[in-house]
Amino acid sequence: MQHPAFEEVSYQQHHTDEEFARRVKKTTIILSVVTLIELGFGLIIYTMHKGEHPSEFLILLFKGIVCILTLAKAYYIVSVFMHLGDEIRNMIMTIVVPLMLFIWFIAAFVIDGNSYKNLRNNYDPHFKYKTMEEKAPKKAEHETEHKTGKE
Amino acid sequence: MMMWYFLMSDAFTFGAFLISYGTVRFSSNSWPDPNHVFNAFPFFSGVNLPLAFVSLMTFILIISSVTMVLAVHAGHNGDKKGVIKWIFWTIIGGLAFLGCQAWEWTHLHHEGAWWGSNPFPNANGTVASTNFSNFFFTITGFHGFHVFSGVIINIIMLIMTSKGVFERKGHYLMIEKAGLYWHFVDLVWVFVFLCFYLI
Repeated sequence: MQHPAFEEVSYQQHHTDEEFARRVKKTTIILSVVTLIELGFGLIIYTMHKGEHPSEFLILLFKGIVCILTLAKAYYIVSVFMHLGDEIRNMIMTIVVPLMLFIWFIAAFVIDGNSYKNLRNNYDPHFKYKTMEEKAPKKAEHETEHKTGKE
Repeated sequence: MMMWYFLMSDAFTFGAFLISYGTVRFSSNSWPDPNHVFNAFPFFSGVNLPLAFVSLMTFILIISSVTMVLAVHAGHNGDKKGVIKWIFWTIIGGLAFLGCQAWEWTHLHHEGAWWGSNPFPNANGTVASTNFSNFFFTITGFHGFHVFSGVIINIIMLIMTSKGVFERKGHYLMIEKAGLYWHFVDLVWVFVFLCFYLI
């Protein structure tokens, strides 16, 4: 079908019906499987947190893997479902290039947060004590509530 | 095409929210463990089911995204009945998601979490600040509002399609734009899911 307006950038159907159906099916399966894998990692992290001495490195590694899987999911949603992958190249670039700012944005702010934490731990012993040593009084009560199942 | 630029600006809004969440989280020595907060499932009260309910919500949103793809495709073929059918299912999916979220919010509110109050302790057992619930309710609320407006847009599309507006125009471009918005909502959820529930 021809669109009179924005013909140069709007999406044209290049695929036959079967090809389209196959592609959608494939993408759906990929998204579901990746979500299941992410859940698996989530549960692994959960059991590791429960353990006595969780390995910081492994948890970080698993979290990193989950992040990468999420980016893969985002790629599939954007390029197939939102069919950005079928647009002309310049159109893709006007969307993707500004989003590159996020790389700087995330890095800068996360590092800033981390340095703030370190500064406070160094110069504010009260903060350190409150968030590292002192136990929450509510915790026991909260857990028994869960065990007895009254909510 | 302008839809894309709107979505890009929206992406920056959500990005800013999630990044500020990340900053605050990195500046804290400890943070509540999501698996202890989100472990409930409707009709299974008291059973410890981490991640189960939110995965259900994630799947609902992915499936409704798929039905939206099918609606857009039916629109390309000028298939009015197909558009109506698939848009209808997309709306159902959106409403199901909103219902789940409403349940989750109510549940957390019953446990005492709300803006400015956080009953959940940090993972290392210390008292947590209210940052956790503030970010959680603000970001999922903002996302839920997007889902809500997406559902409204889809309902309008459904009415316009069944009235034959697009048939007379000769193309279903509007469905495509509504579809872009809907997929974007799904996309944002993928990241919210990552930041709040998995990490």
